[in-house]
Amino acid sequence: MKTWIKSAATTVAIAAALLGCGHKEQAATPSSSSGTQGGNIIRIGHVAPLSGGDAHLGKDNENGARLAADEINAAGGVRLGDKIYRVEILGEDDKSDPREGTLAAQKLVDAGVVAVVGHLNSGSSIPASKIYNDAGVVQISPSTTAAKYTEQGFKTAFRVVANDNQQGTAMANYAIDNFKAKSVAIIDDRTAYGQGLVDVVEHVLKDHGVSVVSREYTNNKASDFNAILTKIRARQPDVIVYGGMDDTAGPMAKQIHQLGIKAPLLAGDGTCSPEFIKLAGIGADVLTCSRAGEAVEKLPKGAQFMAKYKAKFGTEVQIYAPYAYDAVYVIVDAVRRAGSLDRAAIAAAVATTDYDGLTGHISFDSKGDIKNGAISMFHVEGGQLNYLSTTR
Amino acid sequence: MGSLDTFFQQVFNGLVLGSLYALIALGYTMVYGIVNLINFAHGDVLMVGALTSLSTIALAQALAPSLPGWVLMIVGMLAAIPVCVLLSLVIERVAYRPLRNAPRLAPLITAIGVSILLQTLAMIIWGRNHLTFPQLLSAEPIGIGPATATVTKLLVIALSAIIMVALLLLVQYTRLGRSMRATAENARVAALMGVNPNAVIATTFAIGAALAAVAGVMYASLYSVAHFYMGFIPGLKAFTAAVLGGIGNIPGAMLGGVLLGLIEALGAGYIDQLSNGVFGSNYQDVFAFIVLCAVLILRPSGLLGERVADRA
Repeated sequence: MKTWIKSAATTVAIAAALLGCGHKEQAATPSSSSGTQGGNIIRIGHVAPLSGGDAHLGKDNENGARLAADEINAAGGVRLGDKIYRVEILGEDDKSDPREGTLAAQKLVDAGVVAVVGHLNSGSSIPASKIYNDAGVVQISPSTTAAKYTEQGFKTAFRVVANDNQQGTAMANYAIDNFKAKSVAIIDDRTAYGQGLVDVVEHVLKDHGVSVVSREYTNNKASDFNAILTKIRARQPDVIVYGGMDDTAGPMAKQIHQLGIKAPLLAGDGTCSPEFIKLAGIGADVLTCSRAGEAVEKLPKGAQFMAKYKAKFGTEVQIYAPYAYDAVYVIVDAVRRAGSLDRAAIAAAVATTDYDGLTGHISFDSKGDIKNGAISMFHVEGGQLNYLSTTR
Repeated sequence: MGSLDTFFQQVFNGLVLGSLYALIALGYTMVYGIVNLINFAHGDVLMVGALTSLSTIALAQALAPSLPGWVLMIVGMLAAIPVCVLLSLVIERVAYRPLRNAPRLAPLITAIGVSILLQTLAMIIWGRNHLTFPQLLSAEPIGIGPATATVTKLLVIALSAIIMVALLLLVQYTRLGRSMRATAENARVAALMGVNPNAVIATTFAIGAALAAVAGVMYASLYSVAHFYMGFIPGLKAFTAAVLGGIGNIPGAMLGGVLLGLIEALGAGYIDQLSNGVFGSNYQDVFAFIVLCAVLILRPSGLLGERVADRA
């Protein structure tokens, strides 16, 4: 019965997606048929969840990308030879679902995009990166942190944030140095991101002789964690580590508080958002979290960016909008240096990026990871995300 | 914290979850009992209830900021119940009644269609983001013997218990209850005896919807989250609970709901010890469904179900 409903729901969802995006595709088709000469438009794809539990984060990234495109267009667009091009962002929704992610990727490839910013979730980015690689389309993710993303040998996969090897190590070190953790409980949401991140944390912690007293699992759609938290409470860990996103971490933090657990919650970048604080309510203060980049507040142009973002979209920056913003600039920079809209030339140009962006200096190593990536730590106090420290 | 305390805490966790499942399962089972229809839109009625109360509470808070939380909670429920009842009556009239004598598969597919329709409408009205349900009652932990509880959790258990007792009394001892039982047994004969089946069926849908509205408000305030697809998982779990208890049987739905909640909590809490570390809490849902399969193999009509082949 379950599969029944699922397949029925999927069919309708796909039908709806096709209907809903029909006109968008029509608009995109002329460019792929008439090559890149007609229209004078540079099409850049953007994929992130725009519905479901991570929709606010997906919208955040897309807003960042659109802000960059609008700025570039307002400043006169991109000149290639004697033609002026406008930058256009084609936004797709992957619903945080790996399968939807590959569908969105194929759609963008078919629509003739020269490059893609995305996806938000590692679980969606990894399978999609193969499609982009096969089509020679360069992909720059502003938020995919799973190490595997750049370890597949694809010459088209890049990221402007640090990876989870670095993030997990930073989290583990924080638990040891600042929380003086001797024992931890670990929970993950069984996604490529959550699982990959806490595996690194667990590995580093064990190397330092910290014992893992409880290893628990949930899923990225759950809202009740009382059973696993009760079990964890009985084992009395010094720290609870969670690999997952803010829409599950919020209710989890609240339930930690309600069960009278005193151990702090240590989690990764997916939870490090203002949205978490809203969802966790009374339990928000238990969280210490990391972001796979320098804190926006600490960046020279950070305050200015946040003000611009707020003025344009009327909401706060969640997590990675500044990185999506920079990803668009990196692509446009590569287009300028390549001097053409040829996908292979752009991919080659991205690999040799040497660009000073909003989020710091951006250049890539041979795998496509950002060089000298930063991990910043935050702590929630009194309903505010407070910056603690940065490691590189 | 002793292992016995942990056990009681898990039982308490299970009771909270189970009471909610039972409330929702009642809606499935009553409708099935009377028209043999699995109303897959039931979970989405719950979602509409939660979101309606969320909007109403926000409005009430804006108009009268000084109202205490429990008043707002009652206001939210009083708004959600009529909306859900009305919605359910419209669904019954428009989508199910014309198909009452159609082959059984037709209303089932219609129910799935209604479910998707409601989700999409809710997405258009309330947006696609998770909405924060306000903290109306104290979320501070309070100790009840060996277990840690909150006011909301205690309210969930108490309210569910009261509603279930009231429902049993209604079905057993009132004229309406008698007509419901008569219609369930044989709608045509009941009609000959002066019962109006359409009215009885509509009332059944209305009662189920009111329970879903209450469950929706409780569910949203328990987890502080409401969104357009929040009805899917509890709906599925409650359907499972109804089948576990014997679909069509009212005490069965209650038993099935509470049992499913307990199995989930104790399963997640103890499965790794029971299996010596082979299975972890990732098998929490699998565990619940294994129990369901086992019950259905041994008792195909569910724990308290009576009728078998002719109704399935």
